[in-house]
Amino acid sequence: MKKYVSFFKISFSGTIQYRGAAVAGIITQLFWGFMEIMLFRAFYEADSSAFPMEFSALCSYIWLQQAFLTLFMIWFFDLKIFKQIQDGGIGYELARPLELYDMWFAGNAAQRMAKATLRCFPVLLVASLLPEPYGLLAPSSVGSFLVFLVSLFLAFLTVLAFCMLVYITTFYTLSPYGVRIIVTSVTELLTGALIPIPFLPDWMQEILRFTPFYSMQNLPYRIYSEDIWGTEAALAIVLQLIWVFILIGFGKLWMKRALKRVVIQGG
Amino acid sequence: MKLYFKYFSIALRCQMQHKASFWMSLAGQFLTSFSAFLSIYFLMSIINSVNGFSFSEVLICYSVVLMSISLAECFFRGFDAFAGMLGGGEFDRIMVRPRGLIFQVIGSKIDLTRLGRLFQAIAVFVYALYTCEIAWELEKVIVLVLMILSGTAVFAGLFVIYAALCFFTTESLEFMNIFTDGGREFGRYPFGIYGEDILRFLTFCVPLALFQYYPLLYLLGRSDLLLHKLSPIFAFLFLIPCYFIWRIGVRHYKSTGS
Repeated sequence: MKKYVSFFKISFSGTIQYRGAAVAGIITQLFWGFMEIMLFRAFYEADSSAFPMEFSALCSYIWLQQAFLTLFMIWFFDLKIFKQIQDGGIGYELARPLELYDMWFAGNAAQRMAKATLRCFPVLLVASLLPEPYGLLAPSSVGSFLVFLVSLFLAFLTVLAFCMLVYITTFYTLSPYGVRIIVTSVTELLTGALIPIPFLPDWMQEILRFTPFYSMQNLPYRIYSEDIWGTEAALAIVLQLIWVFILIGFGKLWMKRALKRVVIQGG
Repeated sequence: MKLYFKYFSIALRCQMQHKASFWMSLAGQFLTSFSAFLSIYFLMSIINSVNGFSFSEVLICYSVVLMSISLAECFFRGFDAFAGMLGGGEFDRIMVRPRGLIFQVIGSKIDLTRLGRLFQAIAVFVYALYTCEIAWELEKVIVLVLMILSGTAVFAGLFVIYAALCFFTTESLEFMNIFTDGGREFGRYPFGIYGEDILRFLTFCVPLALFQYYPLLYLLGRSDLLLHKLSPIFAFLFLIPCYFIWRIGVRHYKSTGS
């Protein structure tokens, strides 16, 4: 365990050096959130009762999304890992006395958390200073805020475990491009990154309930504004836990099988 | 011109070397913006119109913007990927050749996989034109074509500015994505719906609205103003300041020596 913690620390401090990129990121995120809210305002002006979320709750959702983007963006992958698999650098990694899965998991977690640490606070601060209903609302209660934090953490683990599966497919396809682009495109919609899941048609929501995508960013953000609360929230968190176990368990097994037949590419 | 075709055929043959990868990238590009399309569809099926624009009218915006940026990314990729060219010292080689700099940068990278997205945009475009009720006449067809061409020019201009800024710093230039990626993302809807201030900004500072919102008003018969009809032509003027920024950048250039 200690090995992975120090690996986490190395990746974390490596990523947190990029302050310039973070400034650009913060500006982009603020702009993005602002434009998105203006867009939805036009929709709500047409008929605000037609939509499944209160406008102020939606704004909070959008700001949380912008603040924690780097935790949950599925399209972010560690390109070094793909390169290792393609050019044979993986051989060195396998020679280390470390579990490859755990090491990648820790590394990815560190990179995403470092980026989020730099970016989330300015975005949250600006968003909470904005006038109602455009800004980020204060949490409804201490209770729901704690549940939000738990759910945020579990959603983060779900995303990490899901991304690990994409890395593992590269052992089979070698070129990561195809899988990555399809996964990116599909998950943008299914995780509620483009529009919140309640805006999707009912039949699609029913199906999504049984997928890990429902347990990603959708859940914590909706718990925050008490769109989901009480027993429903408790059940959802149990479901998140189950998905984390399933995805990690499956990923580890699959990785073991993939490594058995791994061919080291080139020298 | 002849030389450009040479560049083009080199790029084509080069990318066709890896056939499977090329087709996969093409298909991938086709798919990428599909989710965006669905999100418009779902939102627009909750309410039928936003600011008086119907689903197929929104799709005109979506497809014009997507076509423009795909064309720009395909043919002006050299500027978009300029940081690499500077860092690698490739720009030094370009400077000693007896041809125009801009021409060579354009010719150096032609990314044909971007056409995958163009095909998707065209498909949506055809559907949108088929379903929306526009009283067609020659002038409107010309305006429509100008919308796409001037859109490509505006995005290309943004890439040129990005490249020119690379001469000074390569850090924090991510913020330029606000205008290129942001233009693509938020240009899915008519720019007028974001409010007066944003529209003004997108008219006079970064003229994204000139090739999308105003000519659309004209196409749909909501405005008869000559200014709105001619706005795509004004959008081309954006290239002039871009050119000067580029010139300043080149004059400032010092080789990395690598």
